[in-house]
Amino acid sequence: MQLPVKLEVRNYHLFYGNFRALKDVTICIPRNQITAIIGPSGCGKSTFLRTFNRMNELIPGVRVQGQVLMDGQDIFAMDPVELRQRVGMVFQRPNPFPKSIYDNVAYGPRAHGIRDRRRLDEIVERSLRDAALWDEVKDDLNKSALALSGGQQQRLCIARALAVQPEVILMDEPASALDPIATLRIEELIQTLKQRYTIVIVTHNMQQAARASDFTAFFMMDEQRAGLLVEYGPTRDLFTRPSDKRTEDYITGRFG
Amino acid sequence: MDKSVSLSTHAHTGALAVSVAELGKSNLPWRRAAQKIAFAFLWLMGTLAVAALLAVIGYVVFQGFKVINIEFLTRPPRGGLSGEGGISTTIVTTVYLVLLTVGIAAPLGICAAIYLVEYAGEMQGRTGLLPRLVEVARFGVETLAGVPSIIFGLFGYALFVTAMHLGFSLISAALAGACLILPVIIRATEEALRAVPRSYREASLALGTTQWQTVWGVVLPAALPGIITSIILSVGRVISETAVFYVTLGGSYKMPTSIFSSGRTLALHVYYLAMDTRAFDKAMGTGAILIVAIVLINLTINYLSHRVRAKLGGK
Repeated sequence: MQLPVKLEVRNYHLFYGNFRALKDVTICIPRNQITAIIGPSGCGKSTFLRTFNRMNELIPGVRVQGQVLMDGQDIFAMDPVELRQRVGMVFQRPNPFPKSIYDNVAYGPRAHGIRDRRRLDEIVERSLRDAALWDEVKDDLNKSALALSGGQQQRLCIARALAVQPEVILMDEPASALDPIATLRIEELIQTLKQRYTIVIVTHNMQQAARASDFTAFFMMDEQRAGLLVEYGPTRDLFTRPSDKRTEDYITGRFG
Repeated sequence: MDKSVSLSTHAHTGALAVSVAELGKSNLPWRRAAQKIAFAFLWLMGTLAVAALLAVIGYVVFQGFKVINIEFLTRPPRGGLSGEGGISTTIVTTVYLVLLTVGIAAPLGICAAIYLVEYAGEMQGRTGLLPRLVEVARFGVETLAGVPSIIFGLFGYALFVTAMHLGFSLISAALAGACLILPVIIRATEEALRAVPRSYREASLALGTTQWQTVWGVVLPAALPGIITSIILSVGRVISETAVFYVTLGGSYKMPTSIFSSGRTLALHVYYLAMDTRAFDKAMGTGAILIVAIVLINLTINYLSHRVRAKLGGK
């Protein structure tokens, strides 16, 4: 089974000043699949996720080494602004702008130069439908996004990310601030999105990774607290017959 | 060995049981009493403080409203020792000066604060000429905010009135006044910008917007209530300022005809009336008008921030 590769990381290291936060990560992330990143707190999962849209660069003192390719192109050679349009992100805590629901979704397209009202209406409706939120909000698009529930806000953030038509969607523990029912809705949504997007999701919830992903990467810290990739493979294999002792210990709950 | 261990455990639990009983009963009345005394003391001090403030405002307003009538508000001062006439020209001068001063300082201060927070923020800890300059600018703002206003007056007198030959005029006063309120606006705007959650900036940047689009589209709208508050605060500062304008505005009680006219603000008029004339009652009247203006400004701030908060909260 050979899947086309969307993102490829080779011998990637990341430093905060002199501290090595990620050590020698090499991984291929397949197109149109859901790849989960799991591991104990502080192992660099989120930092690794933020590599793909170069958000780490916003933090002073961050330095990287190694190669990250998207469709064979070096992402560090791209304009980060252009890269971030192609690689969208959903954050841990729902972070809608203090604007109306409509303006939240239209924010990205507007920033990319779409001014035509009818075109914007189309994009807003399609994005909200894709994020399974349209039916709940279609009658009050002018309401403040902050009046929505946490789960709705998170789906709005997904709609906002979809509105700029990315190729990859990064999700940083997108359900960790939500209740179980809202979490389930987000997981269902992710399943439908994988047909059109490559999804990389960080989660600390192993059941979620087991339920909702096709591939799983297990990260851990070494003695110097640097994050490293321990094991990577199809989710079913990793959870049923892990090849590394440390993976087995983690998924059976012996540490972490 | 075993015996002694078990003994000491017993002794320990025993001591604990006694101390719990002690905690429950013996000092509770004393703690209640201490709380009562403390609250009574705080209530007394709070009441005294509020009473002192109300006494000042009440006295001035009560005394002042004896002379306030339509004529007082619409007639110009007549000048001279008697202090006859109204305050119409000083109201107009005050409005002009506020508009001019804030018109100069607000754009400068807001843009400087945006630069310091959104762009120069990345330079912290770096070396080189520009980061060094930014550091100096930050320090300068901090320092200027604590400089007594008469120093700004002296500076304005030396530079604008004398060296630049602008004379005692609205423009000289406005430029000096702008220097005075610039640190106020910069610092309040900086605070408003810093209060915008990082998550908004990240969300915007993650959509592939430039930093400027993020600042313009998300950060500034979110910081706007704070920025507006800073401007209104500085309006209040200009209205109540005397020292700066005493040495830059001249003091003419005539209606200003251009930005090069000399003039007299309400606060200055209070000063002149109290010091140079016999019309102490008119000084009180003018003071009452000033207080009313300041109260109105504060009410506006409260109303605006309340409304904006309600709107952002999604109500």
